[in-house]
Amino acid sequence: MSSHIVLEPLKTPPETPGEKATRRGFLVAAGAAGLCYVGALGYPVYRYLASPMEMASSATAITEVTLKDAQKLASGSVLMFKFGTAPAMLIHHLDGTWVALTAVCTHLGCTVQYEPQMNRIHCACHGGVYDPRTGANVSGPPPKPLKLFKVAVNDSGVLVSRA
Amino acid sequence: MTSKTIANSLYGWVDERLGLSDVAAFARHKTVPAHRHSFWYYWGGISLFLFLVQCFTGVLLLVYYRPGADAFESVRQITFVMHFGWLIRSAHSWSANLMIFAIMVHMFSVFFMKAYRKPREFGWFSGMALLALATVFGFSGYLLPMDELSYFATKVGLQIPAAVPFIGPAIANILRGGPDVSEFTVQRFFALHVVVLPALFLPLLGFHLWLVQKHGNALPPSEELKHPSDRKTIPFLPAFLRKDLAMWLISLNVLALLASVFPWSLGKQYDGLSPAPLGIHPEWYFMSPFQMLKVLGTLLPGEAGEIAGLLLFTLGIALWVLIPFYDARKDSGQRARTAHYFGIVAVVLLLATTAIGYWTIQ
Repeated sequence: MSSHIVLEPLKTPPETPGEKATRRGFLVAAGAAGLCYVGALGYPVYRYLASPMEMASSATAITEVTLKDAQKLASGSVLMFKFGTAPAMLIHHLDGTWVALTAVCTHLGCTVQYEPQMNRIHCACHGGVYDPRTGANVSGPPPKPLKLFKVAVNDSGVLVSRA
Repeated sequence: MTSKTIANSLYGWVDERLGLSDVAAFARHKTVPAHRHSFWYYWGGISLFLFLVQCFTGVLLLVYYRPGADAFESVRQITFVMHFGWLIRSAHSWSANLMIFAIMVHMFSVFFMKAYRKPREFGWFSGMALLALATVFGFSGYLLPMDELSYFATKVGLQIPAAVPFIGPAIANILRGGPDVSEFTVQRFFALHVVVLPALFLPLLGFHLWLVQKHGNALPPSEELKHPSDRKTIPFLPAFLRKDLAMWLISLNVLALLASVFPWSLGKQYDGLSPAPLGIHPEWYFMSPFQMLKVLGTLLPGEAGEIAGLLLFTLGIALWVLIPFYDARKDSGQRARTAHYFGIVAVVLLLATTAIGYWTIQ
C-alpha cells in the first residue's frame, strides 16, 4: 500500500553559547510551568482526600466530655465512651472511687478492656496489662501507662476532662 | 562504576528480558502522515485523555460516594462539605460530556476520511462499541447523584428498552431492580458504572489502540490519490507525540476552565412525590434520538410510533456500523460517494434534531 517516507533526522549544527542559553531558559520555564500544573492539580486532590482528617482534628481539640447520668454507674463496672475520636473508659471501683483513662493500648493501639474480677485492664491483642487505678503499665509489651483524665461526679452526670 | 554504566547495565538486564530495544526501534521508525486533514488525527488521543481523566476523578469520587439509600446525601457531602469536592465532581461531569463529544468528532472524522476501509474494519467496529459503552457510562452515571433530574432521566430512559416487543418490560424491570426507580436502581447502576462497564471498556480500548499501532493512521482519499513520493510524513517521536501532548494540555485547560467556572449543579433530592421539573430534557447526546422519537410519535401515535422509532434507529445504527462492508475498497467509486452522502445526512439529521430539541424546550 502506502510506502512511508522516513525523514532523515535533522543534523543539528553545533550550538552557539547563545542558543544554549535560550534552550536552558526554555527548559526552566517549561519545568516551572509543569510544577505549577502539578501544584494546581495536586493541592485540591490532597485537600479533598484530607477532608476527614480536618474534621477529626476539630473533634480531638475538645478538652472535656460530660457523660449524662453516668453517676448511676454501678460500682465494679465500666462505661466506655469517646473522648474526641478515641475510646476511653470510666471505671467505678468497688470502694466507690472513680477513674477515667484512655482505652487505647500504648503498645499498638488496640482498645483495652477492664476486667474487674482480675482487678486489671487487659489488652487482648498482645497481653498488655495496666493498673485500673493509676493506668500504670504493669506487664506485657506496653511501653507507657494509660493517660488518666480528671473526673468530677455530680448528681446529673460525670464530667471527664483532660488532666 | 559510574552512574551511567549502572544505568546501562540495568537497561541491558531489563531489555534482555522484555525486548525494550525492539519497542524503541519500532517507535523511532513510526511515522504519521502529514497533510491538511491531519488535525482530525488528534481526536482519538483527546478522547483517550478525557477517559483517563474520568478514571482519575472517578476513583476520587469513589472515596466518598455511597450508593443505595444514602446516595444523594453522599453526593451532597462531596459537593458541599469535602474540600474541592465540587471541583472533582464538576470535572468528572464536564469531562464525561467532553469525552462523548471528542469520540463523536473522532467517529465522524474516521467516517469521512474513510478510515474504516480494509484493513481497519475492526478499528471501526471496536470504536463503535466503545462509543456505545460510553453512552451507557453516561446514562448510568447520570442516576448516581439521585437528584430529581437523575430520577426522571432514568425513568424516561428505561422506557426505551421497555418498548421492545415482548421481552422489553422484563429487561426494563431487571435494569431498574423493581417497578420504579429506587435505591435498588442506583445500587445496580453503580455496579454497572464502576465495575461492569470498565471491565468491558478497558480491554476493548486496548484492542482499539493496538489496532491503531498495527495499521498506522489511515490516509484520507485525497492523499491516497497522490503518488507515494508526494506524501509527507512526520516522525511519531518526538514530533507527533509533542503535538498530541499539546492537544492533551489544551484539553486539560479547557476542562479546568469549564469545571471551575461552571460548576456542575446538584438538584433537589428526589422525594418520591415531586413532579418532574419544568424544562427537563435529556443530555445533549441523547437529544437527537429523543427528538426523532418525539416527531415519530406525533406522526404515528401510540405504540406503533414507538416500535417504528426503535426499528428505524436499529436500522440506521446497523447501516452505520456495517459501512466497512458496503464501502470496502479505495476504488469503490459510486459506493464511496453513497457512503459520503449517508454520512452527511447523518450529521445534518443529528444537528437538526438536536437544535429542534433545544428549540422546543423553551
